[in-house]
Amino acid sequence: MSAVDGVPLLSIRDLEVSFTTDHGTTTAVRGASFDVLAGETVAVVGESGSGKSTTAAAVIGLLAQNGRVSGGSILFDGTDVTARGGGIARMRGRDIGMVPQDPMSNLNPVIRVGAQIVEALEDNGVARGDAAWRRAVELLQEAGLPDAERRAQQYPHEFSGGMRQRALIAMGLSCRPRLLIADEPTSALDVTVQRTILDRLEALTHELGTAVLLITHDLGLAADRAQRVVVMYQGEVVEAGPAEQLLRDPQHEYTRRLLAAAPSLASRRIQLARRTGGRPEYGEDLLAPSADADGEHAPAAAAPPIVEVEDLTKVFRLRGKGLFSRSTELTAVDAVTFAIPRGTTTAVVGESGSGKSTVARMVLDLLEPTSGSIRVDGVEIGARTRAEEVAFRRKVQPIFQDPYSSLDPLYTIYRTVEEPLRAHEVGTAAQRRARVLELMDAVALPAALLRRYPAELSGGQRQRVAIARALALEPELVVCDEAVSALDVIVQSQILHLLADLQHRLGLSYLFISHDLAVVRQIADQVCVMEQGRIVEQGTVDDVFDRPQQAYTRALLDAIPGRRLDLGPQAA
Amino acid sequence: MVRLVLQRLALLVPTLFGLSVLLFLWVRALPGGPATALLGERATPDAVERINRLYGFDRPLHEQYVTWLGQLLQGNFGVSTRTARPVLDEFLARFPATIELTALALLIAVGVGIPLGYVAARHQGRLLDHTTVVASLLGVTIPVFFLAFLLKWMFAVQLGLFPSAGRQSASMVATHPTGFYVLDGLLTREWDAAWDALMHLVLPAIALGSIPLAIIARITRASVIEVQNADYVRTARAKGLGPGRLRRRVVLRNAMLPVSTTIGLQVGLLLSGAVLTETVFAFNGIGSFLANAVFNLDYAVLQGFILFIAVVYALVNLAVDVSYGLIDPRMRAR
Repeated sequence: MSAVDGVPLLSIRDLEVSFTTDHGTTTAVRGASFDVLAGETVAVVGESGSGKSTTAAAVIGLLAQNGRVSGGSILFDGTDVTARGGGIARMRGRDIGMVPQDPMSNLNPVIRVGAQIVEALEDNGVARGDAAWRRAVELLQEAGLPDAERRAQQYPHEFSGGMRQRALIAMGLSCRPRLLIADEPTSALDVTVQRTILDRLEALTHELGTAVLLITHDLGLAADRAQRVVVMYQGEVVEAGPAEQLLRDPQHEYTRRLLAAAPSLASRRIQLARRTGGRPEYGEDLLAPSADADGEHAPAAAAPPIVEVEDLTKVFRLRGKGLFSRSTELTAVDAVTFAIPRGTTTAVVGESGSGKSTVARMVLDLLEPTSGSIRVDGVEIGARTRAEEVAFRRKVQPIFQDPYSSLDPLYTIYRTVEEPLRAHEVGTAAQRRARVLELMDAVALPAALLRRYPAELSGGQRQRVAIARALALEPELVVCDEAVSALDVIVQSQILHLLADLQHRLGLSYLFISHDLAVVRQIADQVCVMEQGRIVEQGTVDDVFDRPQQAYTRALLDAIPGRRLDLGPQAA
Repeated sequence: MVRLVLQRLALLVPTLFGLSVLLFLWVRALPGGPATALLGERATPDAVERINRLYGFDRPLHEQYVTWLGQLLQGNFGVSTRTARPVLDEFLARFPATIELTALALLIAVGVGIPLGYVAARHQGRLLDHTTVVASLLGVTIPVFFLAFLLKWMFAVQLGLFPSAGRQSASMVATHPTGFYVLDGLLTREWDAAWDALMHLVLPAIALGSIPLAIIARITRASVIEVQNADYVRTARAKGLGPGRLRRRVVLRNAMLPVSTTIGLQVGLLLSGAVLTETVFAFNGIGSFLANAVFNLDYAVLQGFILFIAVVYALVNLAVDVSYGLIDPRMRAR
């Protein structure tokens, strides 16, 4: 199984990958070199666009059609797989396996899960017919799929995300490859599921002596799971070394920035109230007439909370499966009670399906509660006059998760930001223009972007536009539904700072929905932990994080990757 | 799935009822009347009135409708004013011919369209692809009757490769137990009769199938191009799947989902196209009979035939929806 000592299983030298597009040739990977020894786990870390996934695709010979290896070499067990006729097609599955990123889109939707493993076994000449089926069930069991015999007969849409990822792991390892490429294998999953799946993957590959090339954006995860870490930035390897050493004593500037930006449980609430040095790029000008630039918007204990939620419940009806079977009920949110004090951030955390987004949608009045009450600024949402409803829409604004789909692709940035002002008939055209410029300044975007379209902006820029739009009407409450989850850590950290800064200057209140506890620790004052529709624990951030009372909260905290390591100096 | 079928069949009742009202009024909105059409321009008012009384066209519209609907529910589709035979008999005598023709046309459209679309997608952006796209555009834009004339002139008249009209050569002596001539020939082991009937089908079927073929090719091409770039195709390649399985089980099976819906919709196109094609080739099916019925304002035939076609169309689309469930497991749960 193992290679001769000292000869790496995978050896990448001066790798260069280019893509031909309508605008010419772009180079996605430049001069990357690193090795993977037999049985070793190497993590390649970087943000989106760093070239880490492209490197992985080049190794297994599955670059997009317009991409090619334009320089350097990739030696697998001494054979150059980039050479024409290098036989990479025959090595796929058998020598090099892959576990892809998104479990929802990587299984063939029209074939039974078991059969999808069988076809890999058969085409790689491992087993055939009944023997292949029995082996597929074994492999699914091995990947930690419960009730594998029955599950193998099912189709992918009948599987949860975690189960699909287990099926993909079973598939990737089905022919016992010597190298497994795991491209963000758990990024789309909840932390607790992520942990059990990574544990299983680690145990399996260790047992089989499989080397793993782990592609991830998550430094904590890399530190937990890999012996060696390679950091990539803009197509180049900027640093490589043993995991602990690299993370404790980063040499390259970029690694340091990455470490500083990575939220962890050791980090503290972003405190911009102390204005030592501030963030000059946001400007010191008045953003809103009501806000006092230097005044502290400390939560006034006496003032009534901006939001009071009491016994909020939402029940969904699910259609029955059979012809005559009754519809069943699903209680997505179950008697939830909390309040958001003015000028503070209340976070609702939980795994997917916990009901946290349903709460957000009800507070935004996009979904009608089954029972219970929501009062915003003392006004009951369900019993409003038309004028109160218009006032509510101005007072409460959302920022959603996906900056790629929540902006209208046909609107310029100017129109996007101006839209709410126009809808509410605020000011003259000239006044609106001035306001838009002010807002762009507040979110630190250059006015030059105003004529562009969302597709021309980066993810971080788009999220800033979404924030500017949300702030246009001077809202009092901003509901952030996973507002930073889709962003790379450095950008995420910038947006979190921006949100904290705006809160301080404008006295905003945030309802912050997130699955990421490390992020919550940085931004929230109060935390509600949700599990299966109920709030199982709530309190101040410090109480919940430092002294969790519930087993579920502890499990969530334990599952966060990288928590055992002190990831260098933390920037607060 | 059972629920879906029952629901759809139940929905068919109000649909057909609505169609019957529309059809009834519509047919009577055509200029002239069956009596004039039957007796000619110079008919005396007396004669016209006699005919109208005979068929009940002199009674108020709602009465005529109720009578017609009442008979319809008892399986009586009325009598053709032109041939004086029951509409049902006329229909049953011609229906097999049209079924044979549309079935072969559909077979050509699917059998050629899908492989063509697949090959074009695999050569996306190259000459073969462009040729297919242009050819299929031509296929969609050429009117059916024009193509029918063109084919007839070229292959029947000029080259003499195929017969130019009818369902069977006049010289052919054959027995017809089912009315499906090709099938009859095979059942009675009259091979020459089967071959002769098939030859008569070729040109009309090509003419009739051209538009559906072009549409199916285009949809297949677009669908394959989309599926090729799906994540699960990449994963299937990563696990070392051979090219055969990759094509059949991964790419084609997923790409067929939108194509199967299109095929169902094409059946309507085929049935309406049959009117023109059958007329050009003097093919004795429901299409040419329907065309004659329009000229003769044969109310009972128009109403009965069009209702039949609507039922066939609805059933075919139901069958397609059911087959969708067979191809796509996600549909079964709904």
